[in-house]
Amino acid sequence: MSVFSSLLRQSAAFCIIFFAVFSFANAQEEHTPKATEHASEEHPSEKKENISDVILHHVMDDHIWHLWDGHYGTIYLPVIAYTSEGLKLFSSHNFYDDHHHATKEYEGLKLDHGHIVEVSTGKSAFDLSITKNVAMLFINAILLLLIFTAVARGYKKNAGKAPSGIQSFFEPIIIFVRDEVVKPNIGHHYAKFMPYMLTLFFFILFGNLLGLLPGAGNLTGNIAVTLVLAVLTFIITNANGNKAYWGHIFWTPGVPLPLRVVILPVEILGIFTKPISLTLRLFVAITAGHIVLLSLIGLAFIFQSYWVGLGSSLMVLFINLIELLVAGIQAYVFTLFSSLYIGMAIAEHDDHH
Amino acid sequence: MEFLTPGSGLIFWQFVIFVGLFFLLKALAWKPILSSLKERENSIEEALSTAEKARAEMARLKSDNEKLLKEAREERDRILREAREVAARMKDEAQLDAKKAADKIVEDARAAINIEKQAALKEVKIQVATFSLQIAEKLLKKNLAGDKEQKELVENFIKDAKLN
Repeated sequence: MSVFSSLLRQSAAFCIIFFAVFSFANAQEEHTPKATEHASEEHPSEKKENISDVILHHVMDDHIWHLWDGHYGTIYLPVIAYTSEGLKLFSSHNFYDDHHHATKEYEGLKLDHGHIVEVSTGKSAFDLSITKNVAMLFINAILLLLIFTAVARGYKKNAGKAPSGIQSFFEPIIIFVRDEVVKPNIGHHYAKFMPYMLTLFFFILFGNLLGLLPGAGNLTGNIAVTLVLAVLTFIITNANGNKAYWGHIFWTPGVPLPLRVVILPVEILGIFTKPISLTLRLFVAITAGHIVLLSLIGLAFIFQSYWVGLGSSLMVLFINLIELLVAGIQAYVFTLFSSLYIGMAIAEHDDHH
Repeated sequence: MEFLTPGSGLIFWQFVIFVGLFFLLKALAWKPILSSLKERENSIEEALSTAEKARAEMARLKSDNEKLLKEAREERDRILREAREVAARMKDEAQLDAKKAADKIVEDARAAINIEKQAALKEVKIQVATFSLQIAEKLLKKNLAGDKEQKELVENFIKDAKLN
């Protein structure tokens, strides 16, 4: 656990700086005092009905980054949309009214359930906005770059000596990925795939951990993110697939002729089920964890009881610890299966016959 | 279930950022890190094999030393043994020579004694003969003083001669 707590401390420190900068930038934004009272104005029964909406809203992407109620608690992220009138770039503040509801139209565009739609034609625009998850992506990428360039500097500084500091923290993890995940599954040519596998592993690990921070976006629990990662593995797998791999798919050896015809569609389907399973596994594992956490927190608001609040807090603490474990496991599993698929595609001969 | 449909914008950003991150990390982090790790592992392996070689070399030197020592010891023993043999042989030879010399001396002495003895015997014989002659002369002078005795003698001679 000390591994994760130290990681969390580092990432938390970074995020606090990040949020502070953004909040300061938004200090100029105008808020009416009414906005702060908005939450308390709502009727309790209304809350009960809305709790699932709140949860879904939390696990989904958004054009604003809502951290807390109040003047500076909301970051209005930039909107970038490619419309029939060309590329448009403006703050998402233009869409929102004083109650943080996306009701306003701006430059002929409006937000309809999180989608940017052209008011005149009703067509949805190609949305390249820096959404909450895109901001998370940038944070994740910058964090990874800062940490691993620092680790690499350690190797330059301590050349021929024992590792120290952040270098000695990440070295066992890097060696674990190399020796326990990539090497046994890919085999001789593992070195070629190491940079991808390490990037994949740490991107998912850090994404998972950052996603657990309060107020953070649900990056690795977003199906678009996991889809891209799975598709990249899919491309690498099939681009490196050798004769034996394709031969196995299109003309399965060691099987009677009529069966080969039956197996062919199954094998072709198999090529595509791999990235689908990768996409869904990570997405479901992380999103489910977030939903469980938010549901437990939601209990306190539904029952409006201190005791339920205490119980659900304890449960949330417990689930949070499990989520830390899941963060590591899912990063490991995604990397493991990616290695396995690539290893199967580049294997010199079929072992399983 | 809106969150099941991947947003096109996020797909774009995720692809761009992840691929960019991959290339940046590959160049800035993974390559130096992995090559350093490989280098370190190689150097450790090398050091271990060098130590192993040194140990083997030490053992070889030790056994060489022991062999040399053993050889030296054998050489010493051989020299000692040879010296002892030479000494014994020399002693034997000396004894043999001494014995030979002694024998010769004895032989010579015996020969000299013999010669002396012969010479003495000869002297004695001459002396005896001389004495005998002198005695015989005196006897003859006394016995043949009368004619009768002379006649008797001659007759005895003739008698003897007849018998022959």
